[in-house]
Amino acid sequence: MAYVAVKGGERAIGNAHAWLAETRRGDTTLAELEVPQIVQQLSLAVDRVMAEGSCYDRDLAALAIKQSKGDLIEAAFLLRAYRTTLPRFGYSTPLDTAAMRIRRRVSATYKDLPGGQVLGPTFDYTHRLLDFALAAAGEPPAPAPEAPAGDTESPRVTELLSREGLMRREDDATAEPADLTRQPLAFPAARPTRLQNLARGDEGFLLGLGYSTQRGYGNSHPFVGEIRHGTVTICLTPPELGFEIEIGEIAVTECQMVNQFHGSRSEPPQFTRGYGLVLGHGERKAMSMALVDRALQAGDLGEDRTAPAQDEEFVLLHSDNVEATGFVEHLKLPHYVDFQSELEVVRRMRATATLQPEQATP
Amino acid sequence: MPEDTESRRRWMGILARASHGAIQARLGAAPALPPHTRLRGPETGLVMVRGRAGGDGAAFNLSEMTVTRCAVTLHGGNVGHAYVAGRDRQQAELAAALDGALQDATLRPALMATVIEPLAAAEAEAVAREARKAAATRVQFFTMANMR
Repeated sequence: MAYVAVKGGERAIGNAHAWLAETRRGDTTLAELEVPQIVQQLSLAVDRVMAEGSCYDRDLAALAIKQSKGDLIEAAFLLRAYRTTLPRFGYSTPLDTAAMRIRRRVSATYKDLPGGQVLGPTFDYTHRLLDFALAAAGEPPAPAPEAPAGDTESPRVTELLSREGLMRREDDATAEPADLTRQPLAFPAARPTRLQNLARGDEGFLLGLGYSTQRGYGNSHPFVGEIRHGTVTICLTPPELGFEIEIGEIAVTECQMVNQFHGSRSEPPQFTRGYGLVLGHGERKAMSMALVDRALQAGDLGEDRTAPAQDEEFVLLHSDNVEATGFVEHLKLPHYVDFQSELEVVRRMRATATLQPEQATP
Repeated sequence: MPEDTESRRRWMGILARASHGAIQARLGAAPALPPHTRLRGPETGLVMVRGRAGGDGAAFNLSEMTVTRCAVTLHGGNVGHAYVAGRDRQQAELAAALDGALQDATLRPALMATVIEPLAAAEAEAVAREARKAAATRVQFFTMANMR
């Protein structure tokens, strides 16, 4: 594919960007949107941009949302571009999600489980009726009710099944996982590579693929073993210190999807799991990721790979919305010379096609 | 791990989770910090956060996060370090200066009492408040048998 430099657009581009800035600001008689307002009041948009931009920084994600006029894929792109300007300090100790400070934790497989069902701040059970009271600025809502917390431990649901031997144990691999920010994707991809790809993948793409597995494209009988959302501590061992320190906290959402497995020649029938882990509060994404993660294990578990969600090249090569948008949107850049040559070819073919019947006439 | 390292880990964690404003607000009641010289930073970079497949399996790279680090040397010889989530350079430098000062056995008791413990208490209260809100949304199932 060839691109030819075209000059002469500078003034038009400059003026277009000036107009973009004006439309971004909108009606100047209204107060300008401030970044902390986005952090506080559009927190789920911030979460999505951090997840797909693959960089946890609430203020930067909010700034990206403001700059992109609320285009969340554009915002993720801005965050990805920014991160390339920063040095890498190291890798964290793997998160301990069992030690999460839980804001929400629900299980669809056990009603009474240690730690209980904690609904947290959820849209579930709302009636999805537009609330016109929010259109009029008013008093802030009353603080949420509180109840004695106690020292409730919330062990993983998958652990309850594993103890009975009914859940396939995770491979306890100690190998250094590949890092997609450093090494390009290669196939076949190991599970850690797939999980990194899915964690930063587009929510809509994963939602559609996850949905397809439920509708019969890939044999899947999932239950939500558990969804938990809350805060986890990040630990790092700086080489100059030589011991592990806590450097802060991040919010994450984890989904453990429990799936049937009929067994294979080497393994008895048991449950298997699909795993989803995303930054911030993103249940839809975590659940979709877990469905797709399980579908992608088909090969490892000796199941037939027949559906799109089970095809790792298809899934992993098309999940990244920054890559996808780059290639789709490049089509609007000048292709004048490419198209000129196509035009020549089509004209020549048409001329030949209209000539031939006359030549065939005796 | 030696006891000193354990207490140092604790204060470094508390300083990493406190905002610059919250730390600064506690310094008024604290003994003056010895002057320091910057050894490195404050500088912002990235840490790659890792998760585990299935929560307890093989490690994988989840996402990066912004982190700011700083190293200072205090007049007196101690070297203070800080790695704090986010991009607040002032927080990182102050945390590093405090880490250096807290290693000085003569300064430590006063700094623990005026800075670290109040920050820890404020953090514990915020954590407890969130836990109480979560507890208020815990479902209390009842069955027909209980209703009789």
